[in-house]
Amino acid sequence: MKVVVCVKQIPDPADPGALDPDTRTLRRDVKLILDESDSYGVEMALQLVDTAGEGSVHLVSMVPDDEVSGLRTALAMGADSATLVSDEALAGSDALGTARVLAAAIERSEPDLVLAATESSDGYTGVVPAQVAELLGLPSVTFAKEISIDGGTATVRRQTEAGADRVECPLPAVVSVTAGVVEPRYPSFRGIMQAKNKPVDNLKVTDLGIAAEQVGWAGAGQEITDIAEAPERAAGEIVEDEGDAHERIVAFLDELKVI
Amino acid sequence: MTLDKIWVFGEAGADGVATITLEMLAKAREVAGTVEVFLGSDGEASAAELGDHGAARVYSTGDLGGRMQGVSVASAAADAISSGGVAAPDAFLLGTTYDGRDVAARLSVKLDAGVLSNVVDLHLDGDRLVGVEPVFGGTVNVTSRFTGGGPDIWLVRPKSFEPAAVGGPSAEVVDLPVPELGAAGGAVVLDRFTEESEGPKLDEAAIVVSGGRGLGSAEAYSMIEQLAKELGAAPGASRAIVDAGWVPYSYQVGQTGKVVKPTVYIACGISGATQHLVGMKGSKNIIAINKDSEAPIFAVADLGIVGDVHKVVPKLTEALEGR
Ligand SMILES: Cc1cc2nc3c(=O)[nH]c(=O)nc-3n(C[C@H](O)[C@H](O)[C@H](O)COP(=O)(O)OP(=O)(O)OC[C@H]3O[C@@H](n4cnc5c(N)ncnc54)[C@H](O)[C@@H]3O)c2cc1C
Ligand SMILES: Cc1cc2nc3c(=O)[nH]c(=O)nc-3n(C[C@H](O)[C@H](O)[C@H](O)COP(=O)(O)OP(=O)(O)OC[C@H]3O[C@@H](n4cnc5c(N)ncnc54)[C@H](O)[C@@H]3O)c2cc1C
Repeated sequence: MKVVVCVKQIPDPADPGALDPDTRTLRRDVKLILDESDSYGVEMALQLVDTAGEGSVHLVSMVPDDEVSGLRTALAMGADSATLVSDEALAGSDALGTARVLAAAIERSEPDLVLAATESSDGYTGVVPAQVAELLGLPSVTFAKEISIDGGTATVRRQTEAGADRVECPLPAVVSVTAGVVEPRYPSFRGIMQAKNKPVDNLKVTDLGIAAEQVGWAGAGQEITDIAEAPERAAGEIVEDEGDAHERIVAFLDELKVI
Repeated sequence: MTLDKIWVFGEAGADGVATITLEMLAKAREVAGTVEVFLGSDGEASAAELGDHGAARVYSTGDLGGRMQGVSVASAAADAISSGGVAAPDAFLLGTTYDGRDVAARLSVKLDAGVLSNVVDLHLDGDRLVGVEPVFGGTVNVTSRFTGGGPDIWLVRPKSFEPAAVGGPSAEVVDLPVPELGAAGGAVVLDRFTEESEGPKLDEAAIVVSGGRGLGSAEAYSMIEQLAKELGAAPGASRAIVDAGWVPYSYQVGQTGKVVKPTVYIACGISGATQHLVGMKGSKNIIAINKDSEAPIFAVADLGIVGDVHKVVPKLTEALEGR
């Protein structure tokens, strides 16, 4: 079984950088790391291949520079190989442009299953996985909480507003997983050493048969027109609890006429 | 200047049309001459409510059985437009929901149009919509617009607008046939499970009581449930305790969870990380209980209690009993 996992490399969410007032996008001159959301996809893929008893896990990532540290983290977890599409032309890509590139890169490995996160931690549009599926003419199941594979069929427990759906889906398919579905393993020292020698295929946009105008700033049919600080909410009364703070809360709720 | 036509993706369940759909209808009416709904379920069942909220027409696929909303509704809508049977709307509004995102994603590929997501406000700038998206945990608002040919596809965060009934006549129901989907339509729902939940829904409750890591243990969450029950409130949570498995994901408030705007939000043992604040900062009144007087949650609280949740919360519940 061949599983491809989409992994996004993002600025550390603890230190997300800033919006560049000139280009009006997130400045990417900071070091990128593996999006934690994607560590669940990687772990899920490793477990599914393990359960199947055969197969491989291939990563696909797209960046405007040639950042690989996030990919190395995922390789150190146990993925076998990776495709990195890195091209300056990709800077400023919107979700649809990103999906076009990922779909073209994924298609080359003819996977049985494509995994992604339900939403990334930085852009969190949450549309890329289903866009990739549509571009590849594949079925998709988003918000997966559990996946099991039996021959050519995946059974997915999908989170819903009301609870969950049990969805059956023929392979190949695209499935996006939510955070917390599995416990991502920490790369071992051995894994980290091995990752250094795992194959990473470097591609440019044109290698994928995609014209530069279809991606990046040129391809993104959207622009930012304004960036403004959000209005702050004023802080109110602060009370130190001396055993009777609950009475102050009751009085506050009374004033609001909610009890 | 208004737009000619907006299509709102409708979602409906056993208890009627989803609030997010009604919220978007209210906004759509403000900015467009004609507002229509496209729906992956039985149109007749929702026509009266949708009409009451200002929809002139509802394009409905009928019950999809087990087929997925995303691929079915997007294919049906794109087909209706590309066949020339239905004039393309200037914009599509869809909720940032489980199915809304799937429909938007598939539709964007089919129509070769971009998606702007997570918007919390929309207004007209000349003859085109612009949308406001909060970034960096809601500290910065980014306004964006489309530059391509359209139609524009917007994903709207729940609770961004107020639903408003206008007393319109029942919407006209029009068939929206789902074309042959091929391999892309292969996924089917076998069973649906409903999580049992008592009391009001998290995103609709007038009062929300949320717990965070400061509770110390999964067992201590029962203290939040008891207080919530006493107040007729919905229990909520920070992501820290959802990820820890103390409560299900459906309890999560914040950037990657639900947006809530209750009359009162009570945060117990929650630090107030920006990603949590973005989900509850719009509450009318905020009460925070935290033992650390420096916790960022106090910066947004109308009433802040510096204290131990294990002491304050049970006493509060007791004081409310019998009221
Ligand atoms: C604050 C902010 C807001 C934005 N808003 C929009 C918007 O409204 N509309 C829009 O079109 N673009 C938007 N963008 C740009 C968008 O984030 C990028 O286009 C990005 O490349 C893909 O979108 P995403 O991260 O939101 O994807 P999501 O759909 O949230 O990602 C889901 C999953 O797809 C996979 N994936 C996504 N990108 C990659 C990648 N580069 N490499 C490998 N796997 C990947 C990962 O598994 C990821 O977890 C925004 C960016 C930022 C920083
Ligand atoms: C991309 C991304 C998306 C995210 N999305 C969300 C989201 O949707 N929702 C969300 O909530 N978070 C989200 N987070 C996580 C967020 O950054 C915080 O980690 C999380 O909100 C912290 O939860 P907490 O406040 O419960 O825990 P902590 O930050 O650990 O805070 C616990 C608090 O409890 C207090 N405390 C401890 N003991 C007691 C006591 N006995 N009595 C009273 N107070 C006590 C402490 O002083 C502390 O302030 C996201 C993060 C990222 C990177």
